Amino acid sequence: MYEMSDIRKNLKVVLDGAPWTIVEFQFVKPGKGQAFTRTRVRNLLTGNVVERTFKSNESLEKADIEERQYSFSYKEGDSYVFMETKTFEQLHLNQEQLGEAVAFMQDGMLVDVLFWNEKPIGVTPPTFVELKVVETEPGFKGDTSTNTLKAAKMDTGATVMVPLFINEGETLKVDTRTGEYVERVRTK
Amino acid sequence: MAPARDETLRGRITWVGGGRVRLESDAGPLRVTWADAHEEMVGRWAEMDATETTTGWVARRVTLGAAPLASFPKPSGDWLAFHGQERAAITRLRARAQASRTLRDLLELEGFLEVETPLAVPSPGLDLHLAAFEVQGMRAPRFLITSPEYQMKRLLAAGLPRIYALTRCFRKDERGHRHEPEFTMLEWYRAFENADALMRDTERIVETLASALTGGTRLAIDALGARSVGTELAGPWDRLSVADAIARFTSHTLAELLAEEERFFLVWSHEVEPKLGFDRPVFVIDWPASMASLARLHPDRPAYADRFEAYVCGIEICNGFGELIDPIEQRARLLRDQEARRAAGLPVYPIDERFLGALEEGLPPCAGNAMGFDRVVALLTGAPTVADVMAFGSDRL
Repeated sequence: MYEMSDIRKNLKVVLDGAPWTIVEFQFVKPGKGQAFTRTRVRNLLTGNVVERTFKSNESLEKADIEERQYSFSYKEGDSYVFMETKTFEQLHLNQEQLGEAVAFMQDGMLVDVLFWNEKPIGVTPPTFVELKVVETEPGFKGDTSTNTLKAAKMDTGATVMVPLFINEGETLKVDTRTGEYVERVRTK
Repeated sequence: MAPARDETLRGRITWVGGGRVRLESDAGPLRVTWADAHEEMVGRWAEMDATETTTGWVARRVTLGAAPLASFPKPSGDWLAFHGQERAAITRLRARAQASRTLRDLLELEGFLEVETPLAVPSPGLDLHLAAFEVQGMRAPRFLITSPEYQMKRLLAAGLPRIYALTRCFRKDERGHRHEPEFTMLEWYRAFENADALMRDTERIVETLASALTGGTRLAIDALGARSVGTELAGPWDRLSVADAIARFTSHTLAELLAEEERFFLVWSHEVEPKLGFDRPVFVIDWPASMASLARLHPDRPAYADRFEAYVCGIEICNGFGELIDPIEQRARLLRDQEARRAAGLPVYPIDERFLGALEEGLPPCAGNAMGFDRVVALLTGAPTVADVMAFGSDRL
């Protein structure tokens, strides 16, 4: 259990039967009044951020959260197979468990898998990945504007909004947190 | 052309390159040309006999201190903590020292006597919402003060009519950007005066400190997590009753919230406090009698305590009372406080019989105020936390 004096950023706690992480906290106390700890917490299952206030005598259940690094091995039917980088233990995840990360999976990619009570609840791919364009409307030569965007389908299945000058076959750097195009990568 | 000037420079060498060193002196960094400088000298203290020429300082003779045993600067060391961000920590320490000097000058001028009261006392106060540190190893049970109130009132009863203390206070479990478990309180009392006189003192103190530290009375910097909008600190400040504050900033009423004290403090700290005192500071007055603490009831409005708090940019800076001087009522309240602490499962501190004894012998009619000195300095210097105006916050011990 965590007491209020243990509260700090990134602490993982159980609230209403779900795992949450402390994003922000503030100790609030009128001089002659009762103390509260005001927090912003993020639900590790849904990503929702809400504000929660606790009384000074409350305690919070510690969430059994662990993050381990895996590398993506291969896809087998509907199942994505990963291997722990230290123990070489295998892990099978389905599309739903992968969430948004599913659109960026590349062979050998290193991902962080979050476990709650030993169950995988989230997969974080590297912040930036390099993906190849497999399908997009032909580029307009000389149009270097980055304001107008078009859709491009990437080799991993992700659809990314890209500038008009991008062509099929090009490799692009993409931010996996936002799914946004960052820049063109020169391939040797 | 100015003639060459000789001086002895003292400081720490923090950079070496191209036959020159950066010497971090007490007054700030200096560039000194020194032919023998080499990289291993970084981190060493140096005394330099130097000449100021048209192209800067030139060292003639240098005495070096021992080389640091650790890497310099250590990432978690004190040098970076004080010299990082353009020496902000040092600037704030100077401002703090100036604030206490200014304060003492002002209060001496008003005829106040500075008193030093003990930090380890038999009773730290019985307020339900304050927790004290217990001190081990004394002859009798002792606690660190949460405020110097009991001893200062004994001095009032002993015949000192105007007194102040600038003292450390300790409050367990209070830690945040506006709280530190060890902090400095300015507490002062006037015999034969009422809360109104103390509010005027408060205005004058803050206004005087603002002028001394910032050269004006308009607060123009963000501090303690609050955004300043050019708050005018010069008095007179606004006055607002607790009931009106709740009605103005929330959809509740005081009567409704008083039914459950916890709801009152939740709404007060989350919805009311953050909106108080932005155009100019505000005194919140007319506290419900149930929240009188050590205040008397208001002579004209007995449903209320003769108590005030001042807020600047949503930050409480002080709490003052027209003091309760009736020993019978005081004993009854202390017994009630002990009972409330027992019921809440909190440590029940003893009643300070010598404090009550002073009231029984006779306390003159008086008013007092307790101001968070660190908070006021933090507000005036734009410090993000109260720890930033302390030489060592509790995180850095």
